Amino acid sequence: MVTLSELHKYGTRKFIMPGTAACPGCPLLIGMRHLAMALDGKFAMVIPAGCSSVIPGTAPYTAYSVPVLHVPFASSPAVASGLVRAIRQRGNEGPVVVWAGDGATADIGFATLSGAAYRNEDILYIMADNEAYMNTGIQASGTTPWKAWTTTSPRGKTEDRKDVALIMLMHKVPYVATASIAYPMDFIDKVRRAMQVRGFRFIHLHAPCPPGWKMDDSYTIRAARLAVETGAWILWEYNQGKLTISPPSIPYKDKSRRKPLEEYLKIQGRFAHLKPEDIKLLEQKIDEQWEFILRLAELFK
Amino acid sequence: MTRQASLARQVRKVLIGDHAVAEAVKLARVNVVSAYPITPQTLIVERISEMIERGELKADFIRVESEFAALATVYGAAVGGARAFTATSSHGLFYMYEMLWWAAASRVPIVMAVVTRVLGPPWNIHNEHTDLLAIRDSGWIIGMAQNVQEVFDMTLTAFKISEDERVLLPVAIGLDGFILSHTAEPLDIPSQEDVDSWLPPRNPKIPYTIEPGGEPITMGNLPRDDAYHALLKKYMDESMENAKRVIAEVYTEYGKLTGRNYGPLTECYRCSDAKYIAVSMGAWSGDILYAVERLRDEGYPVGLLRLRYIRPFPEEDITAWVSGMRGVIVFDRDYSAGLGGILASEIGGLVPSNVSFEGVLAGLGGVDVSPDEFRGIIKDFIDKVEREGPIRVRKYWYIPKIER
Repeated sequence: MVTLSELHKYGTRKFIMPGTAACPGCPLLIGMRHLAMALDGKFAMVIPAGCSSVIPGTAPYTAYSVPVLHVPFASSPAVASGLVRAIRQRGNEGPVVVWAGDGATADIGFATLSGAAYRNEDILYIMADNEAYMNTGIQASGTTPWKAWTTTSPRGKTEDRKDVALIMLMHKVPYVATASIAYPMDFIDKVRRAMQVRGFRFIHLHAPCPPGWKMDDSYTIRAARLAVETGAWILWEYNQGKLTISPPSIPYKDKSRRKPLEEYLKIQGRFAHLKPEDIKLLEQKIDEQWEFILRLAELFK
Repeated sequence: MTRQASLARQVRKVLIGDHAVAEAVKLARVNVVSAYPITPQTLIVERISEMIERGELKADFIRVESEFAALATVYGAAVGGARAFTATSSHGLFYMYEMLWWAAASRVPIVMAVVTRVLGPPWNIHNEHTDLLAIRDSGWIIGMAQNVQEVFDMTLTAFKISEDERVLLPVAIGLDGFILSHTAEPLDIPSQEDVDSWLPPRNPKIPYTIEPGGEPITMGNLPRDDAYHALLKKYMDESMENAKRVIAEVYTEYGKLTGRNYGPLTECYRCSDAKYIAVSMGAWSGDILYAVERLRDEGYPVGLLRLRYIRPFPEEDITAWVSGMRGVIVFDRDYSAGLGGILASEIGGLVPSNVSFEGVLAGLGGVDVSPDEFRGIIKDFIDKVEREGPIRVRKYWYIPKIER
């Protein structure tokens, strides 16, 4: 387990150089920094089109301090498959990480994701999920929650979100987890445990986006934490046959200990139009999700 | 092709075009292969899988879920320092389209076989060149073989051309669906030792490698100044120009090894005393040459200019051959909607206005055109020019009567 003193050691280390093109309060810089801490800055990244292709700034400079290959939107799991096979042949055993958004993962790149997962390619895949196509200006994606406002769902999204982590679990890969940028110790531990395993590893990282969610720039961490505290985002980990609820989420197995969902929703402008009955239905969906994950935890004991 | 004494001992085999490609891939000691099945390409990757399973080729074969993924995978492998190969046809090639451009502009060496095939609808698995020609703006070097021997030679030389520091562009090798891909012909194959002495393993540092612990290189992020993009295209253009020289050099070396000398970019048969030339690429050039020989017997001063490479475009060769001719007739087994034959369109601009010109659209949909039909088309063209003086026909649709 990562300790606080170890995190302090990384306090001054610039995994990502300052002066990026990220929006104020961007969760991606937070998550990527945690990833770099977990891997001590020693990895290569494959990044499909999205916010993270813009954030490092413009060539001939970059804010990222590791080797990075920017690739077309749908291609990253396939590119990473070829890359990892090539470098393994040459004796390099280092981590190849795909750092992708929800659009690249759940939607346009879903086929290449499924292919790489089923082949069990030796890749760590981080899906940094800000719940919409934020780089193109907040359009609904496969992981945008039901009823959330986006520019392509102006009256609220009519579909439920895809549960990509569970779909990955059904690919029988060795490691799948959910994580949150508000729980760095949990996320870093998960990256490190994933690195103990060979094969396809998938982490679904919840990453609230202030402009996309229509909330104050300072609310990134608060929103991510409230998602966990209200039970709306469940932290769990599947590691080679065993599925467990992660420590930050354990209290919220008990519904009575969850904060009221409104606390999470009311800070987000994208949910401003919700009626009380919508919130009730959302709560019901959260309960169902908990029941499902707890059953899976029973199943994968 | 002409022959000279070969330095290497070669083995004569009888192979279909698809298996000749696989044989060249094996001899090139490719590290990573990824492909998706599509007729008439499939036999290439089936044979390569067998070679890998039998341990004849030490490579990773990555069974992907689409052609898009196939090219993305070999692209990743090339960036990781591997010698990488893929193959496809028609719809598969079009499914790769975005990656084709990304791979080329990333300047990494990749070799791809394109077994040419019609694009639907309607579904049609037969031969047409439209698919291969539709990638001509993407930055790939594009060759088109005439027979199984050339399929083999073009595939093997492609690795050397693609990996040359003066080039660093991916290479696509075209072979006619079924006509070459599934037709067995005798060919000579050099030994592994001789190929090894001529083609060293890929140097992963050229042009760059993205790998954990490696130099913190970033490939592909936004440029600060958009003029960067223009500059990169200009570099690509310079490399295409270099490729003309490199292709010539590579075939000279290869000629010493195997005794087979090629064009290199074009080959002109019976052209030195010709007043008319027919222009073509691919397998049917053999049939057109047969027609040319018959017309020669009848006293027609005609030759055949065969394009071996479409990119880089052999402008100098074409200009040199067409100037001073009385007429040029171009055969296209492809069609650019709203324009006409693609080769005719590209070559037409190089034909002086006092030289007669005709673009013939034939063989579309895989329709067979016999040597005698070619003879008739060329003869009619020459007769008309001789009778009526200079003519310029951009599109002549040669479509046989449809039987009901």
